[in-house]
Amino acid sequence: MMVTNESEARHLFGPLFEIEEQTAERLHARLASMADREGLLDVAYRTVDTPVGTLLLAATERGLVRVAYPNQDHDAALAQLAELVSARVLHAPARLDAVARQLEEYFAHRRRVFDVPVDLRLSRGFRQAVLAHLPHIPYGATESYTQVAAAAGSPRAVRAVGTACATNPVPIVVPCHRVVRADGSYGGYAGGAAVKQALLTLEAA
Amino acid sequence: MRPFERVVVEYGPMVLRVCRAVLGPDEAEDAWSETFLAALRAYPELAEDANVEAWLVTIAHRKAIDATRATARRPLVVESLPDRAARTRQPEDWDGDLWAALAALPTKQRIAVAYHYLAGLPYSEIAALTGGSTDAARRAAFDGIKTLRATYLAPARGGTDR
Repeated sequence: MMVTNESEARHLFGPLFEIEEQTAERLHARLASMADREGLLDVAYRTVDTPVGTLLLAATERGLVRVAYPNQDHDAALAQLAELVSARVLHAPARLDAVARQLEEYFAHRRRVFDVPVDLRLSRGFRQAVLAHLPHIPYGATESYTQVAAAAGSPRAVRAVGTACATNPVPIVVPCHRVVRADGSYGGYAGGAAVKQALLTLEAA
Repeated sequence: MRPFERVVVEYGPMVLRVCRAVLGPDEAEDAWSETFLAALRAYPELAEDANVEAWLVTIAHRKAIDATRATARRPLVVESLPDRAARTRQPEDWDGDLWAALAALPTKQRIAVAYHYLAGLPYSEIAALTGGSTDAARRAAFDGIKTLRATYLAPARGGTDR
């Protein structure tokens, strides 16, 4: 609600309107670390460039809560976190440093298992049980939706396994890409079929 | 409720301008940080239809008062240290001639000018923050701007006005 003419203000206070980028960045970084220290950084996020596109990474104080592919609309993912977890969301890369580094190692064939705390609160009930099972599928291996349903304790819930994988809030780190159709075809994937194929090809190499 | 990050990106520059104009180079950044930290703390309780600009300026105003009091309490010897002489400061930078002109204004005028022209607050809301009447806030801003035009815009900048 600007009641004054902005050009008038600019005329009078011109130099005040020039805020150096490094000043803005310094202040933002300081706010993020103060917030973290005060226990107010409910959701920290950053992006990371990978061979399968720019990923959004978000973490609560409990652990990694969201990995979003470019086609999943990062703004929408952040809005969802604000709605479902907390509106205290800040761009704060430090909390995501470990997972960013491990992803880099994963794509460089130097890591097979992710070792970061994961917060599965965006998933519930049977879906969460499915996600809890997925890290037990070894690197380079796959299981069918039917096998995963049995492992998660509901052999007939094959379709629900598909839904759990499709709505996996932390793909790659929780490896839903290792769940494929019984006939060996890839099946769907949140990041797109091509990304699923790329991940399985990477792990097979 | 949208992510707080969006609030920082959208209103961070405005709050920094207000803090700079009211407090000057030495206090502005601390006041900015304190303002947004307090805002982050209170954010989940903010009404969906709240005027975010006015809300932030209200918080900044409280922080600015705190900062002003802290400065007043500080021993004089600290204020007289020539720590700022080392920095290269150009007249055309905000903390050169413009801040000198703003600093020369009475506090009430400086606050009215900053909140109205830099934050876009109507005089009624400025009056609610600072006490006094809407007319008094309008008059303070008017007098402040008049002085600034004379002391900052008019003399040295004659032909090079931006």
